[in-house]
Amino acid sequence: MTQETDTQELEETQLENSMQFLSFTLGEEEYGVDILSVQEIRSWEPVSRIPNVPSYEKGVVNLRGAIVPIIDLRERFNLEHSEYTNLTVVVVLQTILQGRSRTMGLVVDSVSDVNNIDLQSIQSAPDFGTKVSTEFISGLALVEERMLILLDVKKLLKLDGVDDAAEDDNDES
Amino acid sequence: MSIDMAQFHQVFFEESFEGLDIMESGLLNLDMGDVDSEVINTIFRAAHSIKGGSGTFGFTAVSDFTHVMETLLDEMRDGRRQITQAAVDVLLGSVDCLREMLSAIQDENDIDEVSVAEHKKALEIELNGASGKDNSPATPVESPETVVIKEMESATESGWKISFCPHADLLKTGNDPVRMFRELSELGDLEVIVDLHGVPALFELDPEECHLSWTLILKGNVKREEIDDIFDWVEGECDLSIQELNLGEALVNMQQTEPSSLVEQTTPSDSLITENQENPELKKNIPTSSKPVQAKEKKSKGAASTSIRVDTGKIDTLINMVGELVITQSMLSLVGEHFSPDKIDHLKNGLVQLERHTRELQESVMNIRMLPISFVFSRFPRLVHDLSTKLDKKIELKLVGEHTEVDKTVVELISDPLVHLVRNSLDHGIEMPADRIAAGKPEVGLITLEAYHRGGNIVIEVKDDGKGLNKDFLRNKAIEKGLLDPDAVLTDKQCYELIFMAGFSTAEKVTDVSGRGVGMDVVRRNIQSLGGNIEITSHLGVGSTISINLPLTLAILDGQSIAVGDETFIVPLGSIIESIKINDNMVNRVAGKGETFRLRDEYLPIVRMHHVFNVKSAKATKLTEGLLVVVDGQGVRCGLFVDDLLGQQQVVIKSLEANYRRVEGVSSATILGDGSVALILDIPGLVRLSNQ
Repeated sequence: MTQETDTQELEETQLENSMQFLSFTLGEEEYGVDILSVQEIRSWEPVSRIPNVPSYEKGVVNLRGAIVPIIDLRERFNLEHSEYTNLTVVVVLQTILQGRSRTMGLVVDSVSDVNNIDLQSIQSAPDFGTKVSTEFISGLALVEERMLILLDVKKLLKLDGVDDAAEDDNDES
Repeated sequence: MSIDMAQFHQVFFEESFEGLDIMESGLLNLDMGDVDSEVINTIFRAAHSIKGGSGTFGFTAVSDFTHVMETLLDEMRDGRRQITQAAVDVLLGSVDCLREMLSAIQDENDIDEVSVAEHKKALEIELNGASGKDNSPATPVESPETVVIKEMESATESGWKISFCPHADLLKTGNDPVRMFRELSELGDLEVIVDLHGVPALFELDPEECHLSWTLILKGNVKREEIDDIFDWVEGECDLSIQELNLGEALVNMQQTEPSSLVEQTTPSDSLITENQENPELKKNIPTSSKPVQAKEKKSKGAASTSIRVDTGKIDTLINMVGELVITQSMLSLVGEHFSPDKIDHLKNGLVQLERHTRELQESVMNIRMLPISFVFSRFPRLVHDLSTKLDKKIELKLVGEHTEVDKTVVELISDPLVHLVRNSLDHGIEMPADRIAAGKPEVGLITLEAYHRGGNIVIEVKDDGKGLNKDFLRNKAIEKGLLDPDAVLTDKQCYELIFMAGFSTAEKVTDVSGRGVGMDVVRRNIQSLGGNIEITSHLGVGSTISINLPLTLAILDGQSIAVGDETFIVPLGSIIESIKINDNMVNRVAGKGETFRLRDEYLPIVRMHHVFNVKSAKATKLTEGLLVVVDGQGVRCGLFVDDLLGQQQVVIKSLEANYRRVEGVSSATILGDGSVALILDIPGLVRLSNQ
């Protein structure tokens, strides 16, 4: 019963032009991704390193038979690196890119909440010029007086050189 | 009735292509002198189901076309028509045309109407009498006329006169004329005239027999096929004649006269002149139609059949095994629930069973991907038939071991190289009939395609009894082309391998069949990229054999695990030549940097794995501390410097690109026994990487 009402609620909330976001933290900052693109949340486990790739691409793991890359989001965003502990969390995201389903894991400090966010209240990301890269940010939202940085999952998964690598071979140096 | 028919399209296309293959092989097997009616029936059935299917899905172009074929085949089946080589050739051409039409529809391209019209015309000419052969030069210029006639046929407000005389036992077969008439009346205005002459006196009358006959006048825009469909079921049980009203006479005339006079006869009609004016448009369409084909080529590649037909037997075995696995699992969980040390034997037994079942399961799952090589071989009879006609050679093709099973991927990738090899044998290998007789050989040349298993490999051989390879000729040619040093000493095998060099062609003149010298090196590269190799043996004047050695599957690989620091990599076992420990005096440096070592008489580059892959934890940094694995990857040889060898194992190949990207020096990944991921090395890529 509860499940039914939950899905009903979900449908209703979607009808009302709002979306659910999974929020997680990187240091002091709080980020959010569309919850529908989250496949699962895992604890950190050692990866197999991939040679000659950017350092934020930590390596690959075996996710039930599929080879899935793990990206350190702190390093990706040029934040200070922190040690991996048993509490370090990997958020596995899935999206469709160029007609193919693509799965990838993001290393984050911790997962905090699921928030309903009204689409109207989402601000576009301010322009910091060249100081801060805003390429992955789809917008900013206010949740309980805290700022949530919403990430564009498609860009996040694409800009890791996954797609450009396949098309133009400029990453081989 | 809002069923989305599109979901069945794929099935229809697969079945239709299969049907076309059946028709093709049937036609090729037709023996002119002594025709097996069963073969004709098979061909007819295949055509019939394509017609039915295409009609259902609304591909009218296909069903109209198939209908003409079917009519011709039907007459052959009933023995009303002599089966001639000309007719078979026309039918073969139509099979090709149908295949093109179907793949055009599948890829959502436009159908090449000109070629369709051409083939249809050829069929109709064949259909309209034995004299058809004289009219056969069906030039593309004429072809639009057929379209015109077809259009006119369907466009004119006409009608049909049907005289229908059922045999007495029609009713016993469950056919009811009344129902048929009702169906006819749905097509147009139906006028029924009954003929009571056949009815006997009352006391002689058997109520289960039919003594009536009818003349039906059907008015309206009705296609002949629609009427045929209604009478399809009673064809054998009645005397039926269907004639066209109004224009009927003209059309009957037209069908009997030769095509060139068709136009003259029909042009006076106003409607036709306007139709004819449309012809230039039709021609204009030809060049434009080639563009979308190119643009959509990518798509058609992607649409290449991703489904697979599996023998139900294989599925049954699989289900049995899963059953066994479930039983073992429940047994194990029972042991685990109330575990005490005395049950350790139970546990061990259970684990042994589990291992066995898992392995069996793995094998049978792999088995599902296996297809008989006949999927590839079946296209060759046609190829040989066409090519030998073209080259004026007499050739018999023998297929051996068609049921040998190979992985689906191998089947898909091997077919182009094989086509090339068979063409080569046909063109270069087999001599002209006169030369053969002069050489004391039978007039008909023999090409054998054979497939068999050897170890974990499949061997495919292309054998011909032609003139064989001339070593001196090959050698001179290579020197002449600057591909070979005139002083080089070559073994026989090396001589033959010259033909795999790029830019080497021995054909005296370039034909459109072969001889451009771009083929064989591509063939070898393709086969090597499948992890196989290709070998030639040949005897001058006796023939040559080209054998291709391929791994059975591309999904599993025999690998050697190597350790570099705390990382593990997999080297394909097939590419390892040997592993050696080296000492300092074996190593030479080129320009102070590039390290080489001497293996017997050869200097090979050393690829330091920990440098190339930036492994910081590597234990061995001096060459004497570690091991050198000598590898050969697609002709590139080198020594891989690693810490240690771990063990050999079969690994399941997993794509790295599915979720990630291509990594230089790595071909794919696999999952090791402990669940961690190991990278499978790509030797040529590694060498490139170490040179940078």
